[in-house]
Amino acid sequence: MAKLPLEGIRVVDITVIYAGPFATMNLADWGAEVIRVESLKHFQVLTRGGIAHPPQDIVSNPTRTGGLATYCGRDVSFRPWNRWTLFNAHARNKLGCTMDLTQPRGKELFKRLIAGSDVFLESNAPHVVENFGLTYDVLKEVNPKLIMLSMPGFGSSGPYKYYRALGVHQEGFIGHTYLRGYPDSDPSTTSTLYHADEASGASAALAVLMALHYRNRTGKGQYIDMSQAEATMPHLGEAIMDYSMNRCVQNSVGNRLPGAAPCGCYRCQGEDRWINITVTSDEEWQGLCRVMGNPEWTRDERFTDSLSRDRNQDDMDTLIEEWTGQNNHYDLMFRLQKEGVPAGPVIFEDDAYTDPHLKERNFFQEVTHEECGTHMYPTFGFRMSRTPNSIRLPPVRLGEHNEYVYKELLKVSDEEYHQLEEEGHIGMDYAPEIR
Amino acid sequence: MEQALADVKVLDITHHIAGPYCTKLLADYGADVIKVERPGRGDPARRMGPFLGDDPHPDKSGLFLHLNTSKRGVTLNLKSGSGRKLFGELLAGVDILVENFAPRVMPSLGLAYEELEKVNPKLVMTSISNFGQTGPYRDFKASELILYGMGGAMNETGTLDRYPLKKGGNAIQYQAGTIAAVATMLALFSSRLQGIGQHVDVPIFESQMGTIDRRMSHLLSYQYNGETSYRPDPLQEPPGFPAGVYACKDGFFQIAGGFVFWSRICQMMDRPDLADDPGFNTPQGQRDPENLERFSIIWYPWIAEHTKLEIVTAGQAAGVLCGPISTSEDLLNEPHWKERGFWEEIEHPVAGKLTYPGAPFKMAETPWQASRPAPQLGEHNAEVFGELEYSKEDLVRLRESGVI
Repeated sequence: MAKLPLEGIRVVDITVIYAGPFATMNLADWGAEVIRVESLKHFQVLTRGGIAHPPQDIVSNPTRTGGLATYCGRDVSFRPWNRWTLFNAHARNKLGCTMDLTQPRGKELFKRLIAGSDVFLESNAPHVVENFGLTYDVLKEVNPKLIMLSMPGFGSSGPYKYYRALGVHQEGFIGHTYLRGYPDSDPSTTSTLYHADEASGASAALAVLMALHYRNRTGKGQYIDMSQAEATMPHLGEAIMDYSMNRCVQNSVGNRLPGAAPCGCYRCQGEDRWINITVTSDEEWQGLCRVMGNPEWTRDERFTDSLSRDRNQDDMDTLIEEWTGQNNHYDLMFRLQKEGVPAGPVIFEDDAYTDPHLKERNFFQEVTHEECGTHMYPTFGFRMSRTPNSIRLPPVRLGEHNEYVYKELLKVSDEEYHQLEEEGHIGMDYAPEIR
Repeated sequence: MEQALADVKVLDITHHIAGPYCTKLLADYGADVIKVERPGRGDPARRMGPFLGDDPHPDKSGLFLHLNTSKRGVTLNLKSGSGRKLFGELLAGVDILVENFAPRVMPSLGLAYEELEKVNPKLVMTSISNFGQTGPYRDFKASELILYGMGGAMNETGTLDRYPLKKGGNAIQYQAGTIAAVATMLALFSSRLQGIGQHVDVPIFESQMGTIDRRMSHLLSYQYNGETSYRPDPLQEPPGFPAGVYACKDGFFQIAGGFVFWSRICQMMDRPDLADDPGFNTPQGQRDPENLERFSIIWYPWIAEHTKLEIVTAGQAAGVLCGPISTSEDLLNEPHWKERGFWEEIEHPVAGKLTYPGAPFKMAETPWQASRPAPQLGEHNAEVFGELEYSKEDLVRLRESGVI
């Protein structure tokens, strides 16, 4: 039986919110022993919830902010930090311990953990590891073969080094917000989006794998300086190249794609249900006409060839939507694809769990979490034929593996373990006064 | 300095965006990537804009130039028997094959993984496709828009009163390419350390579903609480002021203010006199429309007099969460990216010297490097096939018969 690709690699993880945890999720899923190190003294907003002890009435009666800010069962009576969806979505297959890195003893223990590990990943603002005194220069003395990756928003140098920015601000900094709104209005009318989180999370995992590959060959570790913004900017390459080549500043084209007409998102039957259709050839256009039942308007000279269709897209969209509005979004996909027309529904969460393709490919896996119960969790972005994986461990609870980390890895005695509990390093709860 | 993947060889038969971005990531960190294109027409990305000077020349596509740095380029007709023989010879000498054809194509050419591993038992084969190698949607057609609608969080992008919106450009396909590079490196580990080759299935659909965008979190929220997500309602009251995107002297910027950060906003505007105003620094005060009006009279003239970078510089100095809404022009001119050396000047024999996006991450010991510009069609035929000991005469014959 083949081992998972990263078995035997230990990763120390102090990443926060989305991007960094997504990077370490990719390593944990494929066999690395990822150990999250968290503090009981400091609650990092958004990582394990909005605040440490959210009031039940606010959680029960949310404003319309979306499922992002949700606790399992909307119940925060016991350890809400283990019930936060944003965290539990990426925390599978990881181990977790607690340690206070502001105390000298915490730093000393952390260094011992680093000494026995291969990779250290952090996604904090640059002053955090500087203040802890746990920079690469210090840690490489403890472990010369260490691979350390830092992934703050703007990198470890330059005028923006210490800038504060959440994902939503970063999209503006890198030029994404300007490229993705409604084409008939200005950038103030779009919702927030977080492409940099997923782009930089995947890029960080890639960087670590490349550094491990180099270390396998040469025995040398190294430091990786990643700016989340820089990892994402190449994803907008053609807009950047257009300026670089032609001094042309691209702006938003909404849902249009070059060379495609019709191309858009059309309302379907039901509340807030939609289908995307992209027609790139005469054959596809004829297929669309057949599925629509060849209505009279499709023979209008405004729509007879691709150039005319491109020029008259807005008129065509209105006519198409009159038809899609009377149909079910999934039903339309099947009928259009059967006639060779690229089309797919805008998938809501309820659609995803009944989607026949995801079902047949077993995209969701049943997982039991001690405090949240049994649910179906989304799994992996890709599959490997000879090293198949699964969700082996449920989302890690705060301090869940303290015994393993302290007693087995750090060889702490029972007596010292007890002391460390007293000093606030070890535990499974944030104290009531922690915000 | 040696690059991280200096010992890795990749055969690249990808086209368009997701596949070429995957192999670009490997090539720019040192892998020897041989890009195989169809004789005559080549990668369809050569015919996609933007074009240098709006000239639709196959070596002037900004998209193609960006996606294919550091690769060597050959032509090969995989539909001909001689083409497949040459392909087999190339394949025997590489670690990795990356392809992004529709799933039925490789088996129809006799190039299914089961056949290829007979030639190269430790082969890593990465297949990027819209919906994966199996399942009812396997042969469905898709586009950037359709893939975001199905895999991503398009249902909550845009506003509630209007249609859902896609991301900018082709961000989904770039993301799938990045995920595919991660998958490929993992399989390379198994190949090098355990001696086992394998076939990696990267569906763009699932690469989105399994990405910790809002999507995964909201899928879990639905499981936990039965709630679906939605686009924000523009009619809903804003959470305080200033908040959101505003127009200023030279464009737009965004800011997260509200009563909590009011004193910092005052510092940003150099208006300490307003810091203790209860109409501004309390939640009750910020809810009163009269105070919003008082605020507007101060705020809009101030932002109209300042550029986005002036506002952001002052705001960041005061500890305010804020940032510009940059255009591509801003990106190439802002001091931060210049000082970090993010941009790369690359000279191409046809397109000339241009500025390209640079390293997605900086590795201290093993640098990113665009070692060569994107190849012209068949540029390295003589070099690459020469390494397989084909003579010049052989190559003439292969070209005449449409194999290369």
